[in-house]
Amino acid sequence: MKCEKEPYEAVIGLEIHARLATNTKLFCGDYNRFGDTPNSLISEISLAHPGTLPFLNKKAVSFAVKMGIACHCDITDTTYFARKNYFYPDLPKGYQVTQHISPICKNGYVPIRIENEIKDIFLNRIHLEEDAGKSLHDLDDKFSCLDFNRAGTPLIEIVTEPVLHSAEEAYQFLSEIRRLVKWLDICDGNMEEGSLRCDANISIRPKGSKKLGVKVEVKNLNSLRFVKKAIQVEINRLIELAKKNQQIIQETRSYDATSNTTFPMRDKESADDYRYFPEPDLPPVKINEGFFSDLKKSMPELPSQKEKRYCNEYKLPLLDAERLCAEKQVACYFDEAVKYSTNYKALANLITGPLMQYLHEQKSDFSNPVLPANKLEEIVQLIDENKINFSIAASKLLPFLMTHQNEDVLVAATREGWLQINDTDELEKWIQMVLDRMPDKVKQYQQGKKGLIGLMMGEVKKISKGKADPVITIKLLEEKLTKSN
Amino acid sequence: MFTFVSIQDYHLQLVHGRQTCVQAVTHYIREIQLQNHLNAFIETFKDEALARASELDAEIKEGKPLRKLHGVVIGIKDNICYKDHFISAGSNILRHFKSLYSATVIERILAEGAIIIGRQNCDEFAMGNRNENPVYGPVKNQLDNTRISGGSSGGSAVAVQASLCMASLGSDTGGSVRQPADHCGVIGFKPSYGMISRHGLIAYASSFDQIGIIANNIDDIEKIFHILSGEDGFDSTVLPNVRTDSAIETKPVKSTSKIAWLPETLHHTSLDPEIKTGLKNTLESLQKEGHLVEAVPFPLIDFIVPAYYILTTAEASSNLSRYDGVRYGYRKAMQTSDLFDFYAKNRSEGFGWEVKKRIMLGTFVLSAGYFDQYFKKAQQVRKLIIQLSEKIFQQYDFILLPTVPQVPDRIGTSGESSTSGYLSDIYTVFANLAGIPAISLPIYKHTSGMVFGIQAMSSQKNDIPLLRFSETLLKKH
Repeated sequence: MKCEKEPYEAVIGLEIHARLATNTKLFCGDYNRFGDTPNSLISEISLAHPGTLPFLNKKAVSFAVKMGIACHCDITDTTYFARKNYFYPDLPKGYQVTQHISPICKNGYVPIRIENEIKDIFLNRIHLEEDAGKSLHDLDDKFSCLDFNRAGTPLIEIVTEPVLHSAEEAYQFLSEIRRLVKWLDICDGNMEEGSLRCDANISIRPKGSKKLGVKVEVKNLNSLRFVKKAIQVEINRLIELAKKNQQIIQETRSYDATSNTTFPMRDKESADDYRYFPEPDLPPVKINEGFFSDLKKSMPELPSQKEKRYCNEYKLPLLDAERLCAEKQVACYFDEAVKYSTNYKALANLITGPLMQYLHEQKSDFSNPVLPANKLEEIVQLIDENKINFSIAASKLLPFLMTHQNEDVLVAATREGWLQINDTDELEKWIQMVLDRMPDKVKQYQQGKKGLIGLMMGEVKKISKGKADPVITIKLLEEKLTKSN
Repeated sequence: MFTFVSIQDYHLQLVHGRQTCVQAVTHYIREIQLQNHLNAFIETFKDEALARASELDAEIKEGKPLRKLHGVVIGIKDNICYKDHFISAGSNILRHFKSLYSATVIERILAEGAIIIGRQNCDEFAMGNRNENPVYGPVKNQLDNTRISGGSSGGSAVAVQASLCMASLGSDTGGSVRQPADHCGVIGFKPSYGMISRHGLIAYASSFDQIGIIANNIDDIEKIFHILSGEDGFDSTVLPNVRTDSAIETKPVKSTSKIAWLPETLHHTSLDPEIKTGLKNTLESLQKEGHLVEAVPFPLIDFIVPAYYILTTAEASSNLSRYDGVRYGYRKAMQTSDLFDFYAKNRSEGFGWEVKKRIMLGTFVLSAGYFDQYFKKAQQVRKLIIQLSEKIFQQYDFILLPTVPQVPDRIGTSGESSTSGYLSDIYTVFANLAGIPAISLPIYKHTSGMVFGIQAMSSQKNDIPLLRFSETLLKKH
């Protein structure tokens, strides 16, 4: 962040695990779900009983390829699985089936926006692997407990090159990955539940140096915010060490959110030799042309492409485009709404403002049936025609229509008295009330404090409960103030 | 008195009411008891076999058509999972373990009306060629009870040899079906890799293991093989779209075949002279009958056993990692907070010596710094062996060679080093390295009073032609 002043530069590579949202596990028919009763989603295959074999879930392969396409990766036409051997009680087979020398996706990049510039973050690979079960060490005094529901669930591991240089970049990149996997419907992106996990490899080097420094791996980063904080804390720690001329040792550290520090982990794995070798129980996976082109055709417009299009085609400000594309369902809703109206800015405002806020308050989101897009267009039309002001439309009409979807927009607004008052008589009555209340302010205005008109305007709005048409009101107000002079 | 000749004959007896399934099962249960000293079976499923037999008899009485293996009494090696039945892979580490599910082969033979009579003794985790099991004791050769049965499917071979069942299902990773079959004078067939699902076969070395059939005649083997083979949603290494049904047309029996023999196998120092002569005689008589019989160089002979042991032990070291005492299997009663200690105690007490040796070997050849020197090299050798095998089968239909270099040893004489024991696999491991089908055919008598035969191989997926050719070979002798 403040690296410019530092003589050191941080170099960060991320390893991101995303649990694929397939119905069943990577190599057997057991359900792939989070939060079920421990050990309820297991069969003899998940438990690695004698004689059981893996059978590849094709859906998981297609999810991995989709992510590869989204990240501009080279898709490997013949990809192999490998066994990573180590002993741990939550690893049923005594090895993890993963990919070693032939990941399903290689290279690639993901553009992120950093300080208003686009930066491509280069990937090393995306590979498929199975997850282990879960060890629960604090449930019981004497025993460690094991839950194998997670054992064998499909993951993709996204590995970047060491090309990130700040906690902010890492944060932006991880956010973009999270948006992408959700956008592609291949992972729910939930970091608290471990659907998305991130490990960071961090090193520092003197600015201008090309050589990589000794790296420290920071694990246990289970929220976007913690990823950013942990990386920053670790960079600071490394720089401090370097400044004091102390040696940096290669190690695995864990982040403690309470104290905002990292501490060394007793690493069960670091000393091990994983003895990778090709998984003999699984034939090589061939990604043939047809499979690939079908997937390519099924790819949705990606969020970064959509943002660009909203800016170019609809002339929306970047911020609006970004807010609309934060989630696919929002963008889809907007895409639906633009079929009915060309007032793109008003649509964007209503969606990213009141509609989003309302859904948030209702603890709902755009996946639940929201206001039909054509109703939104009717609201926009009322605004365009100056029949309703934006804030009433946003705070009253829109929430009302959410719960009364069958109501006609104009009928409802009229009946509820939310339409703007542009009847001069009515407006003049309100203006007079305001002016009568603040004779001294009127005097000050007439002496030249023209800015006071805003205050008076606000008072009229208040009295009219927001219904006073602002354009007419201000005209009348000016006339009155000049006249009574 | 019940007698068994072949499945076809048995089925004729059944439909004509001259024999019943219950009679068959009763007979075999009595025979197993009478020949208990052979130690072929670890456990007999007496009551349920009888119950199933009477159900199958009832089907016949009701006039229902016979299923393909109706009432066929089959024994299974103790490494093939049968739901709710004990299975131990001949190991202490699984001594009290019951399978939660049935292997695909078990499902398939049961669906065709077979009766499973019991589970058969074997070498621990199918590792070995002597079947002197440290947990259950040695299996004895019926011809000479002081001699070994061979292994690892020793119990399965002796069970057929001593007429304790109609056929056995074994497994063959480097000769474990063919070698004991040869020692016991019965037929042992290892299909092409990928013909039969391994789902439910306790793994030794995944890319070598294949379920095999031991029986008295080719026709029975072909019938059972047809039921066992074919794709399976639980094993993705099964070859797709390979037909094994009897309607497959092969060359007419009378026509001549092109047969290769490998001089290096006959010149090998470990080969018994009588076995050498036996094979030579067969080759000569085939030539006389008009078959093309030619010597084909096999320069890789000295590499096949080392390559086999490096690759199989590597796979085994990983395949056997699951036996850790966490979820099932042997767990030492102790209190420890040290995870390493927990694993070390369970595994060193649960596994026998040969298994531990192979796990250590396999771990070594996969470890950093040795991987390229051993595992990778062995993989390269395997590739060369496959290429050589393909090259031979471009020109020849079959390869003939001995099954074993020696007649069965005396029990308790395996004093020599492991490597000399491993070298006796020299003729059988080739088929597993190349993934091709191979069969051992009992033909000759040895002056020691024992028997031996010859081994025939064909190219991958040409299992049925190999069986048909075997039939003609056996008929001649």
